[in-house]
Amino acid sequence: MKTNLPSFLIWLCVALLGAAAVGGIALNRGEAVNALWFISAALCVYAIAYRFYAAWIAATVLCIDATRATPAERLNNGRDFMPTNRWVVFGHHFAAIAGPGPLIGPTLAAQFGYLPGTLWILVGAVLGGCVQDMVTLFFSMRRDGRSLGQMARDELGSIGGSAALIATFLIMVILIAVLGLVVVNAMKHSPWATSTVAATIPIAMLVGLYMYKLRPGRVLEGSALGVILLLLAVAGGGWIDQQAGLRELFDHPGLPLAFAIIGYGFAAAILPVWLLLAPRDYLSTFMKLGTMILLALAIIWLRPEIKMPALTQFVDGSGPIFGGKLFPFVFITIACGAISGFHALIASGTTPKLLANERDIPMIGYGGMALESFVAIMAMIAATVLDPGVYFAINSPAGVVGQTAAEAVATISAWGFPVSVEQMNLLARQMGETTLFARTGGAPSLAVGMASIFGSAFGTHLLALWYHFAIMFEALFILTTLDAGTRVGRFMLQDLLGNVWKPMGRTSWYPSVLFSSAVVVSAWGYFLYIGVIDPNGGVNILWPLFGISNQILAAIALCVATGILVKSGKLRYAWITALPLAWLIVITSTATWQKISSDDPRIGFLAAAHSLSDKLAAGVLPPDKAAVAPQLIFNMQLDAVLALFFAALLWLIVIDMLRVCARHLRGRPVPPLSEAPHHVTQLEEAWQRD
Amino acid sequence: MAKRLIKALRKLWQAIRQLSGDDGYERYLAQHDARPNVPALSRKAWFAQQQHQKWSGIKRCC
Repeated sequence: MKTNLPSFLIWLCVALLGAAAVGGIALNRGEAVNALWFISAALCVYAIAYRFYAAWIAATVLCIDATRATPAERLNNGRDFMPTNRWVVFGHHFAAIAGPGPLIGPTLAAQFGYLPGTLWILVGAVLGGCVQDMVTLFFSMRRDGRSLGQMARDELGSIGGSAALIATFLIMVILIAVLGLVVVNAMKHSPWATSTVAATIPIAMLVGLYMYKLRPGRVLEGSALGVILLLLAVAGGGWIDQQAGLRELFDHPGLPLAFAIIGYGFAAAILPVWLLLAPRDYLSTFMKLGTMILLALAIIWLRPEIKMPALTQFVDGSGPIFGGKLFPFVFITIACGAISGFHALIASGTTPKLLANERDIPMIGYGGMALESFVAIMAMIAATVLDPGVYFAINSPAGVVGQTAAEAVATISAWGFPVSVEQMNLLARQMGETTLFARTGGAPSLAVGMASIFGSAFGTHLLALWYHFAIMFEALFILTTLDAGTRVGRFMLQDLLGNVWKPMGRTSWYPSVLFSSAVVVSAWGYFLYIGVIDPNGGVNILWPLFGISNQILAAIALCVATGILVKSGKLRYAWITALPLAWLIVITSTATWQKISSDDPRIGFLAAAHSLSDKLAAGVLPPDKAAVAPQLIFNMQLDAVLALFFAALLWLIVIDMLRVCARHLRGRPVPPLSEAPHHVTQLEEAWQRD
Repeated sequence: MAKRLIKALRKLWQAIRQLSGDDGYERYLAQHDARPNVPALSRKAWFAQQQHQKWSGIKRCC
């Protein structure tokens, strides 16, 4: 690192501004904080971490070698292995890692106030998530782009490999269920939202036909056509909402919508990718990038004030959106945006096969995650610029705050977050909805937040359009994740079943496709169904479970990385992954323990099952709730088993990693490092750059 | 001045095409010239192969 006076002064200013911004957010009490402080704090923290920590890891710990040929160069086949411009790789990597997670988690975690979530997003990203993504990308690249599961098997042994595989499959099931639930809650009794989301399916197919049949490979033309149609669909949904005969067609309660999503998921998994999944993905990527840039510009331009307090009384565990104390649940709720194990699957496999030079690793691995973390900060801002009363009215399930609007506002106002029925009705009318009460899952409240930010930038008469645009944009990429996830689950299952009976492993054999798709869809469909019939909203149960599984996947990735560092003789630097790993072990073990053993039915699965079965036996449940109670009781017990299984998986791989490290340090034989041999790069660019 | 603007816009357009994969087939053909003994795929076949390949693994995250 060269240092000279001007650069030293610039970095000193960045450090001072960052410290002032973080200090301002953290120490402020009582006065309104401006959202610009969040943006400044985030940008300064990322800049300093990238310039110093990431650069230090790259140079000293990983010893990145710009003259070493990457797998993209050595194995170039013009398809998956191909040296690619680093900005293009960055774009692909970011589009792959940033899904709905960083938008939903911070929105839910805002129930603790703006401070805990914001600090965790910043600290978790720069010390945990970014490091995980970067080292996984590096190790996978040095191993010809091998997947996390393969690396776990090669470096630690078969236990680690199987644990990674099982965790990936289960996390996929829980993730898709909770995302499906978010979409259902956004569409429930909303003809506008439902018709718009429904329209995205034929639009995606039309774009698919255009890109595949009419003008093959013309991605931009097809996407432009699709984006125009999507915007028309948002406006058209408003028109449908006004038509007496039409709106009823799209006005449905949660359960039929959940079955529609399940049916859709099955169809999407068996249809050819070019028809639905691929074009939908192009559209959702463009929409996502466009909306994120627009939101960032709107926040910087408008500088909205944060209305949520720094901390709420719900840090004690009594929160309406999900039960559980600040520790460990804020760290579980915000996985994506701080540290997300799922990224390790992208950082191993796809991205490393495209890198033209090892030098691009900090930018793509560390920088990509820092950008996702920034998206999470924006979601936190969008949630906390709302009046806290409105935020809680939208996000609290009816089972917690009361069935009627009057009950809900009375409960929420009694917490010290004043809100009135008139205020909520006016807001719902402005957003073109009949009600915004109990729209759990985070998407509607994010959409209200985004609509109010965009509304004050571009005129409030468009609020309803902005709201439904935001819903459409979220649903678009939630459904992409749902399609892609179901398909991946199908491949994993086919791979597994292929060991039992060979033909099942053939990914193009139709009976196997149908069977394995049906199994995967039923698995997530079950959790989605239970989430919809649960009077507490389902998000309360599913999101923490998703967070735990995602953090456990991260812990597996960090175990693999720590094991490799120790085996490479870098014990003294192993803390860069061991430290976030230790933290993940603490929070996931605590969270799992509380989810299983807590006496509070809002936290503990078993306590909830007991409490419900007691009520059922005493006959105090109304008939509709009594009818679904046995299913809910079974589900709570299943969730407890699942949580226990996740924890067991985590400890298994941690102990396995420690065993391998201890053997290595004592000079006993361990699986050898599987790094590919060194070849000098022939790409001229590597020598010319910088 | 106008020339420089047009040049900058053209560069931007190329960047957008490359980022979105719009110019993928052209890049495939350019790369293919290096191996003349294998016949090049048609635009449609190339796109089909590319889509199939892209969606055979974990490509989208939470």
